[in-house]
Amino acid sequence: MVFPLLSTIIFLPLGVALVLILLPRKNPLLIKVFTLIWTILEFGLSLPLFFNFNEKTAGMQFMENLDWFPEFGIGYILGVDGISMLLVLLTTFLTVLCVLCSWNSITDKVKEYYASFLLLETAMLGALCALDLVLFYIFWELMLVPMYLLIGVWGGPRRIYAAIKFFLFTMVGSVLMLLAIMALYFHYGRDTGLYTFNLLDLYKANIPVMKQYWLFAAFALSFAIKVPMFPFHTWLPDAHTEAPTAGSVILAGVLLKMGTYGFLRFAIPLFPQAAFAAAPIISILALIGIIYGAIMCIMQTDLKRLIAYSSVSHLGYVMLGIFAFNMQGLEGGIYQMLNHGVSTGGLFLIVGMIYERRHTRMIADFGGLSKVMPRLAVFFMIITLSSIALPGTNGFVGEFLILLGVFRSNISYGVLAASGVILGAVYMLWMFQRVMFGQITKEENRGLKDISKRETVILCAIVFFIFFMGLYSQAFFRKMDATAAGYLQNMQTKIASYNPAGPVPWR
Amino acid sequence: MVVMKPELAFGWIMPEIVITLSAVFILLLSAFRRKSDIGRLAGGVSLIGAGLAFFLTCRLWNSDVDIYNGLYTIDNFGLFFKALVLVISLLVTLLSLRYVEREEMIKGEYYALLLFGILGMMIMVSSNHFVTIFIGLEVMSIAIYVLCGLLIGNPRSAEASLKYFLLGAFATAFLLYGIALIYGTTGILDVREIARYVTSGNFLITPAFMAGMALLIVGFGFKTASVPFHMWTPDVYEGAPTSITAYMATGVKAAAFGAFLRVFYTALYPFLTEWSGMLWIIAVLTMTLGNITALMQNDIKRMLAYSSIAHAGYILIAFAVGDRIFSASILFYLLVYTFMNIGAFAVVILLGRKEAPNTGIESYAGLATRHPMIALAMSVFLLSLAGVPPLAGFMGKFYVLSDAIKAGYYWLAIIGVLNSVVAVYYYLRVIMYMYFKEPEGEIGRMDLSPAYAVVIVVSIWALIHMGVFPRSFLLIARESVNIFM
Repeated sequence: MVFPLLSTIIFLPLGVALVLILLPRKNPLLIKVFTLIWTILEFGLSLPLFFNFNEKTAGMQFMENLDWFPEFGIGYILGVDGISMLLVLLTTFLTVLCVLCSWNSITDKVKEYYASFLLLETAMLGALCALDLVLFYIFWELMLVPMYLLIGVWGGPRRIYAAIKFFLFTMVGSVLMLLAIMALYFHYGRDTGLYTFNLLDLYKANIPVMKQYWLFAAFALSFAIKVPMFPFHTWLPDAHTEAPTAGSVILAGVLLKMGTYGFLRFAIPLFPQAAFAAAPIISILALIGIIYGAIMCIMQTDLKRLIAYSSVSHLGYVMLGIFAFNMQGLEGGIYQMLNHGVSTGGLFLIVGMIYERRHTRMIADFGGLSKVMPRLAVFFMIITLSSIALPGTNGFVGEFLILLGVFRSNISYGVLAASGVILGAVYMLWMFQRVMFGQITKEENRGLKDISKRETVILCAIVFFIFFMGLYSQAFFRKMDATAAGYLQNMQTKIASYNPAGPVPWR
Repeated sequence: MVVMKPELAFGWIMPEIVITLSAVFILLLSAFRRKSDIGRLAGGVSLIGAGLAFFLTCRLWNSDVDIYNGLYTIDNFGLFFKALVLVISLLVTLLSLRYVEREEMIKGEYYALLLFGILGMMIMVSSNHFVTIFIGLEVMSIAIYVLCGLLIGNPRSAEASLKYFLLGAFATAFLLYGIALIYGTTGILDVREIARYVTSGNFLITPAFMAGMALLIVGFGFKTASVPFHMWTPDVYEGAPTSITAYMATGVKAAAFGAFLRVFYTALYPFLTEWSGMLWIIAVLTMTLGNITALMQNDIKRMLAYSSIAHAGYILIAFAVGDRIFSASILFYLLVYTFMNIGAFAVVILLGRKEAPNTGIESYAGLATRHPMIALAMSVFLLSLAGVPPLAGFMGKFYVLSDAIKAGYYWLAIIGVLNSVVAVYYYLRVIMYMYFKEPEGEIGRMDLSPAYAVVIVVSIWALIHMGVFPRSFLLIARESVNIFM
């Protein structure tokens, strides 16, 4: 039997969390060191996924397939391809940083904090690797509980409101998706006689167009709330602002990607005709998101809220790229998912560091910080530039490819999206200028300490990836080329082979 | 099917005999022993009795016989429900051991009545004959009327008892009237015979028969606490002793659904189209009203009362769909619901004191800081009630909803899931109080005796186990509903 690498990666954090609960509460250092060591090991464990990944094939790799409830067609099926493998790595990588950045800022209920975090990691990894719709849904919903606790227990002053809003928004979308999953299951079962939730089987389903619209709408709603796409984004600024730093990092870094990943893995390939038909609507919503998010950013006075709205804008690019339905757009979209995780994660980390020192996030309270915190200023600058996609940084590669893809599919979308790039530069640079440059206007800012060694390590890791992904993007594209090509190929054959009459009428 | 001579039938009803004997023994004990140690003794006897009966019930699995001239039936369906109510009685008895002492209730009679209630439920679910079903229902109800009022000196408890009695008497009258009308139009009391007769072609559906069917829905709807026959539920659940609330919310509901299912899926199944529409509306009303009213409750017992109404609504989704094999999802849901509800009530009991019941939601503020393990347990129960995977509550909802989707009842399913989102709000509200707020008053030490701990640990284990590995339980439920085929 092959070593179940994916299962180990998924359930290791859960096991660590269970052990963590048994550790003595009185010794927070032990808890922190224990968690850190295991999250680093977890990251190490996920590296073979990258290095042993077969880049020639578009199929799923590292598959595990066990019966779970065969009478109902529910299986325990795991696997990764070029898209999810990279996101798994992003998750394990960001979790290490999150543990590090919570080191001093979390002093209350330390044990529960790290246990929630590890539970969240298990849920995220599970959702990324699951290839059975029920299994996926279980992990998908499981993400809510630890995140709810992270926001609600360790969050800011309006944390209760934000936590409940986060939970309810996501839940509304996902329960409708659950019904769509069941409808798909019964449709496929009646059509072929094989009742299964196995995603790879369901990809072959032949669904009448009308039914596809409904099912796609249910899936898309759930994922669009998670992305979040305009107009379902209102939970995000609240959740981001109130969450603790690490919560914001993981929320921006991975949780939002679950939405775009859901489109890529489920909504589009399961219902290709509906996805094609819905592309203009989704692209326009994405464009509104890009521009609206950017304009909202310009008006924000709170740093975290600003970055939250910038996420709305950035994720709009990802959606636009994915729905361009060509190689450049798709690969750019996937790459931008990773980039956003790294650079927006980095921005939240920086804001967290400043907040730890000043206990405020209002832009007006700062100014001239670069004089007292020169090292932070360097890192902040690099991450900001990566966020506005300066050539040489990771953001450029992704955004450029997306724009290329969008221009190829629809020029007017491309023009609008490109204008968003300018707005992006406006709000980010202006924010940076107001916070870091100029005279020190507030006395409290004079005595601020520059970043510590621990914080330098965190930021170095981020900056390393910013340049690595910006200058040697080939390392990543090589992994996803086959998957993306196969993906588009599949879509095209499906669209071409589709018989509108269909064997089963709409019922 | 084997027809047994009466004198040979004792083996089949051993569980019922054991329960009856234990109850009588407890009654005698409380008459002859000093009052001081009677509580523990009676509790022990009822635990042993219920345990033995459970064991005997499981031994009978896979039998299918009619005894006493068809008045009583032993089949998997009845055995499933019997095993379920026996588990409920075990858990409730464990919960009661300390609770009865704390609240200074009449000790011996309490356990005797508890067992008589269980006996009624067991009779009710294992008969295909209307008369036996009715007798079982009455045995159960009368025991519970009394149990509700056992908090002596507490006016709310007396109110609960009286209210339940008066309204319950009405409901039983409706049920009986329904039975009478059906008997009047068909001349048959055995549900299987009715099914055979109405499909034979000699039967013409009459308004009287329809009225009988509607009255049956009213009667069972009352016992299962479905809207609009739910008016008694919040007051009775709030006023009754908490252990009895747990007992009613799980046991009575399970038994009533058992009999309800048996009657409607055999005798009245040919009229599926007629009653399915009625139940569709009742299901929607039950879910929606239960959940929306629960949103506004600040008393946890009341909140759980409304939530139990809502859960009856989810069960009615599968009921209204009328798929015979998939009705296994109803059985599975009742099983899951039992553990999450009893678990939640166990925590409510733990927090209560003689002088202060502590059922206001603000009593839960900061529980996670004081008693992290209890808060964690309560969170598991509430999240399961809310239907968050991988806990069993999710699996229960999953199968109920897939039932509706399979049969094309899309709107019912959509209303169901949206309701479950509403429900999330009030369950999370308790979690929010436990984890996000600072404690207001001092709750003091918890009386975490082994009996409570056993109930809580068993419930959590059951919820996780049935959530992650639901297969064997659902297969058992499927074997149980095979009688409808």
